[in-house]
Amino acid sequence: MLELYNQLKQRFELGELTEQRSDIAFITTDRKQLRSLLLHLRDKEGFTHLVLLTAVDWIEDNIFQLTYLLNNRAEAKDIGLRVMLDRDNASMESIHDIWPTAATYQRELREMFGIDFPDSPGVNDDFILEGWNDIPPYRRDFDTLKYAEESFAQRPGRKTHDPAQYMKQQLYPEKD
Amino acid sequence: MKEELQKRIVKGPDGIEFEVEPMRDYFCEAPPTVMPAAYSKIVENLFNWARSESIWILGFGTGCGAIEMRPLMTPRFDAYRYGVQWRPTPRQANLFVISGYLSTKTLKRAIRAYEQMQNPKYVVGLGSCTINGGMYWDSYNTIKRLDQYLPVDLYITGCMPRPEALLQGFEDLKKVIKAGKAEGANDYAENFEWYKANQKQVIHDWDMPDYNW
Repeated sequence: MLELYNQLKQRFELGELTEQRSDIAFITTDRKQLRSLLLHLRDKEGFTHLVLLTAVDWIEDNIFQLTYLLNNRAEAKDIGLRVMLDRDNASMESIHDIWPTAATYQRELREMFGIDFPDSPGVNDDFILEGWNDIPPYRRDFDTLKYAEESFAQRPGRKTHDPAQYMKQQLYPEKD
Repeated sequence: MKEELQKRIVKGPDGIEFEVEPMRDYFCEAPPTVMPAAYSKIVENLFNWARSESIWILGFGTGCGAIEMRPLMTPRFDAYRYGVQWRPTPRQANLFVISGYLSTKTLKRAIRAYEQMQNPKYVVGLGSCTINGGMYWDSYNTIKRLDQYLPVDLYITGCMPRPEALLQGFEDLKKVIKAGKAEGANDYAENFEWYKANQKQVIHDWDMPDYNW
């Protein structure tokens, strides 16, 4: 992976390399380079398959991280490209013309994180949620417990145990 | 409202144009009515016995609990020996098993399916998700109490309940039906406004008639 990284580095400005395993690594890059980097990896390096496109909400740093995970079938290798976006009015260039399946991921990200992908086909259509009327639910400032308590009727009398404490009491009651 | 539900002019195959108003033409607007019991107790008991011995389940799995119904259909647990079978359409079913968590999106389909079933009809809530939300207690898109939205005759606890628990549940449901206490459809008709208000509270894009069958 280091070899590939050094090769890529001659052509592109790349951020740090995180090697998770011998066959999977992540490279941070900026959004301007992403498209050419994806095309290069797909056409020249054999990373022909888009495994997934997902987002992470780094609310403390006020950024969204997009991860484009690509797979090289012949060499059984994965490479993930990380792009950092500004969290306010987050918007990213669509890659549906490189991999048509990306349109579905982008539609999901639009709905669940509120990241816009202009020009992506059907990006504003409902994906999973119907009639959603709050901030996108995967954003970390969305309080899912508060929303659930306000929206849905609850049955009184529900108790929650801490699993570790509860099992300790059940199995070793004499020790307390 | 969705485009296909809006009033429009349609040209028939014979070239004649006519107006279609789906909400009025495709659905019945009449609200559900209470079905009175048979004129005599003994006849009603006979009916209830017949109903209890032919529980036909709508083949609609709403959550992960649907996986427990597959072994029941097949020889290992073989629910058919108890007069229980699965039907492909709401028109032929009289028991709706809400199998596990119910998201608000599925709730909309569940309501439609329930209303399309013929009287008398029963609802069984399967698993803890239908009782108090279960492991989805803090989820933003699953309902926590099924009995707010559909009249439930019986709950089967567990996460997930084993097929044996379901078989026991069917036996208990038979007892409830034979005792004449499985009046869910009548309860739904009587408290129709209350159920609709609850349903509309969680389904924000209500784009169907209030009652559709």
